[in-house]
Amino acid sequence: MTGGSSLTDLEATARRARREIVKAIAHAKGGHLGGPLSAADILTALYFDVLSIRPDEPRWPDRDRFILSKGHSSIALYVVMALRGYFPIEEVATFDAIDSRLQGHPDMTVLPGLDMSTGSLGLGFAAGVGIAMGARLARRHFTTYVMVGDGECNEGVIWEGAHVAERYGLDNLVVIVDQNGLQQFGWAGQDPTRDPGRRRPPYAGTQLSDRWAAFGWAVTETDGHDIAAVISALRSARVARGRPSVVIARTVKGKGVSFMEGDYRWHSRVPTPDELAAALAELGDPVLIPEGA
Amino acid sequence: MAPPTGAALRDVFGWTLADLADRDPRILVLDGDVGSSTGVGPFEAAHPDRFLQMGVTEQNMLGVAAGLATLGFVPFISAFACFSVARALDSIRVLIAQPGLDVKITGGYSGLLTGMTGKTHQIFNDVAIMRSLANVTVLAPADEAETRQAITTVAATPGPAYLQITRDPAGSLFGPDYVFELGKGVLVREGPDVTLVSTGTQTIRTLEAAGRLAAHGIEATVLHLPTIKPLDADALTRASAATGLVITVEEHTIIGGLGGAVAEVLSERHPVPLRRLGIRDTYGESGPNDKLLDKYRLSAAAVAADVAAIMAQRPDRRPARAARLDGHDPRDRGTRSPASPDGHARLATGAQTRKTGGL
Repeated sequence: MTGGSSLTDLEATARRARREIVKAIAHAKGGHLGGPLSAADILTALYFDVLSIRPDEPRWPDRDRFILSKGHSSIALYVVMALRGYFPIEEVATFDAIDSRLQGHPDMTVLPGLDMSTGSLGLGFAAGVGIAMGARLARRHFTTYVMVGDGECNEGVIWEGAHVAERYGLDNLVVIVDQNGLQQFGWAGQDPTRDPGRRRPPYAGTQLSDRWAAFGWAVTETDGHDIAAVISALRSARVARGRPSVVIARTVKGKGVSFMEGDYRWHSRVPTPDELAAALAELGDPVLIPEGA
Repeated sequence: MAPPTGAALRDVFGWTLADLADRDPRILVLDGDVGSSTGVGPFEAAHPDRFLQMGVTEQNMLGVAAGLATLGFVPFISAFACFSVARALDSIRVLIAQPGLDVKITGGYSGLLTGMTGKTHQIFNDVAIMRSLANVTVLAPADEAETRQAITTVAATPGPAYLQITRDPAGSLFGPDYVFELGKGVLVREGPDVTLVSTGTQTIRTLEAAGRLAAHGIEATVLHLPTIKPLDADALTRASAATGLVITVEEHTIIGGLGGAVAEVLSERHPVPLRRLGIRDTYGESGPNDKLLDKYRLSAAAVAADVAAIMAQRPDRRPARAARLDGHDPRDRGTRSPASPDGHARLATGAQTRKTGGL
């Protein structure tokens, strides 16, 4: 781990990020939860280990670029950026508020440190292809990372960009698929009556990794909640030569809160006060744990 | 490098960018697999490393352009207007217009005259769409001289811009001394009876129509607005006040384009009677240019006839010698007006010179 962070530190950071995410959504009374919680470990790995960045110099020209193409998971990005030192963690309380820099979907015009505005699915990836292409034209050596969702891979523009990136052999481009297996609503599950929170995954019956491989990308799969494995996969992806890389990170939507995990209904649901307390207890918020317990 | 005088604007596009890129390393061209039609071959030949073929991926292409712009490049899009604007609109809205990134979107094959493609490739509301997007400058140059300068100007002006580029040669409007100014209208003809406001290559036909009208006793002012956003409200107001009757003429739907923009400005700043000529809330079709222009009432003869008909409905406006140029109602698209050589002769003299200021 770089920056003096041990794996234990990173896991603690991800855990704290989850607490801040849940609190922020409850406070804002809006936003998304399932996707941010599935992405939290990957974002922690990126911002605390993989990315070459300077939080106090967000426009450093040679920084690695990161685009959260699944922009609806913005709260996870904001929390991890705050914990990394881009802005005070207290600012997270302004999420979704009027005049906030922390818009519902990431807005590069108001928050330094964002490399692209995103929110319309698939488009952040296209912009990432352009940044990687531009880095090559300008002979600059940073890496461009783009996180997409597996539901987002429904978008045709993903496959337009996948084709073009391969055509240009953009080995300075790394895509991470947060494959949490659920989308906002998606296709009905096997038994909606007995298991109303389950829906079929976006790529049920097919292998998402095969699709990326068929487009000529270097594909690796990893457990998206094993931070050491994520870091290892991203480091390997960065040294791929001659073609772009994708890391398929198997995740759980709502990861970390038992009653949210794997339930599509938590895509953008706001927790009640009781649910918030239960979630924070599971996530080990010290505020809610009595002293001496 | 230069194309011959009177060149099609698409050829001017490619040659101009190739020239510009010689001295501006920021300039790139992204092609949506239509470079053989949009005239960017000379750019690819001169700057192969800065010609980025994107294949048939318009949504991706506009997104790639946004990413490139974040690194200081100035990407120009080579695509047909129907695809760059309509197909890739969300990429433009979210990745270019909202962040205000420095991407220059061209709408090749704009308007009615698209090489007999029919309605799929004829987009009549590209200006209406693009001018409704905050942060986007919208241009429709008329001829070679203006197109060359418009491209040069937007390349040097930060921010998103949309530039209509027509397919076929349409004639010349301006001489070698012409100076294009972003956001400024150009008075190309002065007359006391009516103010014709036009844009893009249609201005050439509108000016020719004014010549035909003059032969019938109607002396028109013609105001050319190559920048549709921001609109030159001062020049428009002056030209409108001078005659008290405004008719817009555009190769575009009359809903939301030049006519819409003029109506918005005049209704607030200087209400005068206004009529809009252009595509009337319909789609296009295949056909040779002359037949299309006649059927959709955009040829010089059709515009002259329709202007005369409008004025005939306003006795207070009708000069003593005015007469209708044909017997047709201007809303009847299925007829053709008799030709008059007067307008052609007038345009061919090249006597029109750029003037500024009031009438």
